[in-house]
Amino acid sequence: MDKPTDDTILERLLGPADPELLCDECFEKLDQYVDLELQGAAADEHVPGMRAHLRGCPACQEEYASLRALVEQGEQGARD
Amino acid sequence: MTSRVPASAVKGASVDARADSRAWLDALRAVGAEHDRAVARLHELLLRAARFEVSRRRAALSHVRGEELDDLAHQAAGDALVAVLAKLDDYRGASRFTTWAYKFALLEAGVRLRKRAWQEREVVLEPAAWPLVADARQGPADLAETDELMQAVRQAIDSCLTEHQREVLVAIALNGVPIDVLADRLNTTRGALYKTLHDARRKLRSDLATRGFTLDSI
Repeated sequence: MDKPTDDTILERLLGPADPELLCDECFEKLDQYVDLELQGAAADEHVPGMRAHLRGCPACQEEYASLRALVEQGEQGARD
Repeated sequence: MTSRVPASAVKGASVDARADSRAWLDALRAVGAEHDRAVARLHELLLRAARFEVSRRRAALSHVRGEELDDLAHQAAGDALVAVLAKLDDYRGASRFTTWAYKFALLEAGVRLRKRAWQEREVVLEPAAWPLVADARQGPADLAETDELMQAVRQAIDSCLTEHQREVLVAIALNGVPIDVLADRLNTTRGALYKTLHDARRKLRSDLATRGFTLDSI
């Protein structure tokens, strides 16, 4: 793993500046957020606080990235 | 960059997705053979998602045998199946049914894999990652500013936070302990721990703002 920079450490310590969802709310809305993003819709307007939470919570960020990649893979498979 | 297309504009494209989701719900709520077939298909879908998660994290788990990882994927899929069936009435159609179901498998698999990766590791609640050498990528002016801010953050951690807030912040933000691993060790929940982390961060930001630090870029 790369050595974290000062900025990264400060970001981790201070978290996102914007209002954010908490983990339970994030899980509840994650599927909607991912589908809206993949449809090209304004996901951040429809699910405010999600983007900030994903910046502040590494575990939710991992789950978001996996869900998005999995759904994208499925859509790609359906097109091929 | 996120597109500004409103959700209403993409609804036309999601008619097939809605029909597919409806079909899943109808089959899972059916009785007899149709229900059993739907449950088997759902399990297959969840197992695929759990294995997908395993494959994404395989590099970090290179010391774990493939057989054990596949067993973890099966456990995750089994627990996700139970969760999805129990929460079927909570599904409101805000996403495709399959996207909604996938997230349960990814959560179950992710939690198991993070715990497995930390199984033999000590969870340290004391600071272990304060930078001893300033970040060489910054210029002298930035360095001095960052140094000053870093000192102020350290002071705020010591003076403003409760012991529990300090331990949670240090473990997760400085030492990189996964939140569900820490929740397990402290016998609490991920949601409760994130709330603690969130409150601690708010206190730090508020203290730094009171002391005149501008945090616009963070």
